[in-house]
Amino acid sequence: MTSSSASLFPRLAEEGGHAVPVIHQVPADGVFALLWVIIALPALGAAIILLGGGNRTKGFAHLLGCATVLGSFAISLVSFFALLGRDETDRSVGQFLWTWVDAGSFRADMALLYDPLSALFLLLITGVGSLIHLYSIGYMEHDERRARFFGYLNLFVAAMLMLVLSDNYLGVFLGWEGVGLASYLLIGFWQHKPSAAVAAKKAFVVNRVGDIGMALGTMLVFATFGTVAFAPVSEVAGEAPTATMTALGLLFLLAACGKSAQVPLQSWLLDAMEGPTPVSALIHAATMVTAGVYLVVRSNFIYDYTEVAQTAVVVVGTVTLLWGAIIGCAKDDIKKALAGSTMSQIGYMMLAAGLGPYGYAFAIFHLLTHGFFKANMFLGAGSVMHAMNDDVDMRHYGALQKAVPVTFLTFAMGYLAIIGFPGFSGFWSKDKIIEASFGESTLVGLCALVGAGITAFYMTRVMLMTFFGQKRWEEGVHPHESPKIMTVPLIVLAALSVLGGLLLFGDFVTDWLTPAVGAVAHHELAFAPWVFSLIVTVVVAVGVTIAWLTVGRNEVPRTAPQNVSFVTRAARADLYGDALNEELLMRPGDRFVTGLVGFDDKGVDGVVNGTGTAFAGMSGTFRKLQTGYVRSYALSVLSGAVLVVVALLAVNLT
Amino acid sequence: MTTLAVSPLLSESVGDFTKPSIEYFDLSPLLIIIGVALAGVIVEAFVPRRLRYVVQTLVAVVGTIAALVMTVFVALGLEPRGDNAGFGAIAAEGAIAVDGPTVFLWGTILVLTLISVFLFAERHLEGGVTAFAGQAAALPGTEAEREASTKGLEHTEVFPLMMFAVAGMLLFPASNDLITMFVALEILSLPLYLLCGLARRRRLLSQEAALKYFMLGAFSSGFFLYGIALVYGYAGSMNLGDIAEAVSGTIGADPLLLGGIGLLAVGLLFKVGAAPFHAWTPDVYQGAPTAVTAFMAACTKVAAFGALLRLFYVGFGAARWDWTPMIWVVAILTMATGCVLALTQSDIKRMLAYSSIAHAGFILTGFVGLNAVATPGTAELTSLQAVLFYLVTYGFMTIGAFAVVTVVRDSSGEATHLSRWSGLGKESPFVAGVFAFFLLGMAGIPLTSGFTGKWAVFTSAWQGGAWPLVVVAALLSAVAAFFYIRVIVLMYFSDPVGEGPTVVMPSVLTTIVIAVGFAATVALGVVPGPVLDLAAHAGQFVR
Repeated sequence: MTSSSASLFPRLAEEGGHAVPVIHQVPADGVFALLWVIIALPALGAAIILLGGGNRTKGFAHLLGCATVLGSFAISLVSFFALLGRDETDRSVGQFLWTWVDAGSFRADMALLYDPLSALFLLLITGVGSLIHLYSIGYMEHDERRARFFGYLNLFVAAMLMLVLSDNYLGVFLGWEGVGLASYLLIGFWQHKPSAAVAAKKAFVVNRVGDIGMALGTMLVFATFGTVAFAPVSEVAGEAPTATMTALGLLFLLAACGKSAQVPLQSWLLDAMEGPTPVSALIHAATMVTAGVYLVVRSNFIYDYTEVAQTAVVVVGTVTLLWGAIIGCAKDDIKKALAGSTMSQIGYMMLAAGLGPYGYAFAIFHLLTHGFFKANMFLGAGSVMHAMNDDVDMRHYGALQKAVPVTFLTFAMGYLAIIGFPGFSGFWSKDKIIEASFGESTLVGLCALVGAGITAFYMTRVMLMTFFGQKRWEEGVHPHESPKIMTVPLIVLAALSVLGGLLLFGDFVTDWLTPAVGAVAHHELAFAPWVFSLIVTVVVAVGVTIAWLTVGRNEVPRTAPQNVSFVTRAARADLYGDALNEELLMRPGDRFVTGLVGFDDKGVDGVVNGTGTAFAGMSGTFRKLQTGYVRSYALSVLSGAVLVVVALLAVNLT
Repeated sequence: MTTLAVSPLLSESVGDFTKPSIEYFDLSPLLIIIGVALAGVIVEAFVPRRLRYVVQTLVAVVGTIAALVMTVFVALGLEPRGDNAGFGAIAAEGAIAVDGPTVFLWGTILVLTLISVFLFAERHLEGGVTAFAGQAAALPGTEAEREASTKGLEHTEVFPLMMFAVAGMLLFPASNDLITMFVALEILSLPLYLLCGLARRRRLLSQEAALKYFMLGAFSSGFFLYGIALVYGYAGSMNLGDIAEAVSGTIGADPLLLGGIGLLAVGLLFKVGAAPFHAWTPDVYQGAPTAVTAFMAACTKVAAFGALLRLFYVGFGAARWDWTPMIWVVAILTMATGCVLALTQSDIKRMLAYSSIAHAGFILTGFVGLNAVATPGTAELTSLQAVLFYLVTYGFMTIGAFAVVTVVRDSSGEATHLSRWSGLGKESPFVAGVFAFFLLGMAGIPLTSGFTGKWAVFTSAWQGGAWPLVVVAALLSAVAAFFYIRVIVLMYFSDPVGEGPTVVMPSVLTTIVIAVGFAATVALGVVPGPVLDLAAHAGQFVR
């Protein structure tokens, strides 16, 4: 904590020492000339599978799908090492593809930017993506629309790569919409289930709200700077008025809230679990939902100049990390519990991103480790579901550690990582965020600390209900371990969950990201960092203990008890997020539309014909007049004409 | 002797008569289309009945292509003119302006017409006859109608009617004085009124639509004509250039001018289907034969927006600050009406009608953006360029979408009720996919032309300082996404009701239309550059 605790966010007052990085691109040569192939491969895979039709590609679609992503991964890996071999100043590689829109002064190129930030994202997307593709071969084996599934997955990967590789906001927007579309298609993949269709629609609609922020933000960037490319914007960002930067920051925050399921646009993520589990792992845990964090970190040259927007990001992140954690505590559906946890962990990343130079690098670090351990746990959950005949209710699980040993062990690695068990990847990344947020403000720090405790509680609860205790299986369920094609990715991801913390070894990840997000700034803290680590570990231990006392020692009832506290009820109802949406957004909208339609049908007609008739005959008259008569249309034209002329005269002659 | 005696008298009474000079080359596309229409009438009179369909279709197609080719030649021959970054010429004694925007709009209208002709000529879907009434004069439900139907009669007059409408559409955005503009308005409208009433199925609905369209169209023409009178009273001339001079020469607003602007705006806004003059749109779009709806929705809107742009930018450009607030209000009202009312529609054609109203609102947003007249010679995205581009994208998407509507049928003809569309994704994934793509395009999803078009008009509006309007437009386009998505959800995620819809395999004609619409929507979304450039090269209106 800093000495000046008068302001809630003391950092904001003392900003200035940190240099906002400016992007200098160097042309793509050598292996970097292949950058476009990274996107093109999965795009081609999607095109072949989806345009070729499910039946013709049935035989090879899954192999093609995996091969394209693995190919992209190979190029990403080579590029990464090539970038590693370069000087720090040469690590932003630009590749121009073609001019997308060129109209007068408005010009947007289809161009790629490969820098340390996108390099890490590429590895995450293609690496974890490859593992999940492989896993899906086994998971979707009995689905007759498996070819289409791989087509959509490839489409998603291509769009996500576009999102993180584009060198301008318009390209990001393209990828942004693309992943939204793929997510929509995959959530609704099992379209025979009405719940899946509804969930898909909900995700789409909520995301559109966020997309407005993205679209308006991009337009404002163009209106302010005359370009939408990152490099020129980062050069002149300091000269723009603060009010504009604040507006930009808030618009992009709105966009990020939609895509990353942050409060208040969080409601779609829980429903999105209707999609097949590999989708939940890839899109709704490891990659797409972190796009919001990417956007904020990538726009660091905007956020560094606006304290208001940064504060807003911190507030959103903090609220969401608690919101998601509380929801996670009450869910009996294993995937929904994990979804709540995803929300919460992304809240941590947003919080870190909002801390500016104190947190950008840690946000990305946590994003990576989270990508590993959350994908691991989702796939583990999928493996458990596979064993339990697609039952997702944890109250029907119990004592599975013997039945599915590999899944259990790998899940346990993910579990230890997410709660921040010392040495595991989550320990390093979450610890850093909590430490940095204490530097920001004690209140935010405490919230982050409490969040860590709650995380420990609900994850332990998931662990205990699934793998320990008594058997509460449905009749006729015979759990069995999943095939190799599913367990091997689990093992790889488990290893990454354990070892992901090595990225921080020798400050590798923070130094690596310096050219893209600036050097990490450090607070003067009241205690040494190891004291914080100790406090966090103690809080985590408390959370685990409470879970063991409440869940582990008692028998878990097979049906959820109904006489529970208000808090539990609220958490089960997603903290009334849906009810709130419905009451605030949907109902008034519905009423408004109904009213307007009523007005169009009845009001306009009624004025003409209804005034003369007695009130008694009114309803009958209305019914007869429901389809429009020319005379009423003519009246609306006439009144419109009067309106236009009167408006013109009134405006100009007064 | 007698001749000698008469001739001086004659020459004196005629005075200094000079033959009007007509620039036949510049006007050739227009003249060709009028010629084709007249030829169609002659064909109707002299060619035996069984050959008429083939001959009429050929005449229309060849004529349109010829006009299109001539448009290209005219475009290549345009000369720079004046100092306001425009090029082209004033033809026909000042009545017609053949300039960059004119030629661009001509090209757009003719291409859209060409594919509409294919829709008109489709015979496969109704079992060997066109979608138009067998005998329009026969009352619905009478013996005469059944007789016409069993004989397999069909009205091939629809082709010349269409060509007359196209002639009006070509003249409308090119007219350089108010009377020519009014005549063009009537030439394009009258055949359309008639075409709307010619549906083979649901004839009462169709005739009702035609009558409504006619009455309301006549009503709005009255406003337009009165507006002409007021403006003439103010400026003392019908010529747009003279009006512009009069407008820029006066200080302070004149009620005559303002009234004239308002009433002319009513007439034009009615044609583009802007609120509150939109009431006819859903009824007429629903009732008219779908081929006519497609043609009308695309081409009329292009022509009417062209005329609107010319009238307001050229004639009233100097009074821009007087009429901009009015257009703001109309734009917001139009977008809101279109987007909100589309939400509750249960008929696909009505929904598309409201969607076209919403699109009119988006185009109006671009229209009030950066004024093309006020900033000559700048390299910014002008509103003229943005609107021209949007019109192209909109035209192709609309015709494509309506073409898809014609192939989804049940026993009573086209299945336009939305509930009949549920489960179409299972019945025919291909047709449903194409339709979904058009809907996504209309919703403005990236990589479709709808996105680039919206982007263009919003950017130009934003640059022109109309950012509140852009914010409203962006919000409403999100609302609009709801009802487009609703249809996609219906097609893919709902189970068919009863028998379910069937997709009738159309002939190559409709297939071409759908394919062209689809290709244009993809191409203009991925590489919009060439067409945007073309719109930029169109330059400014000339006076």
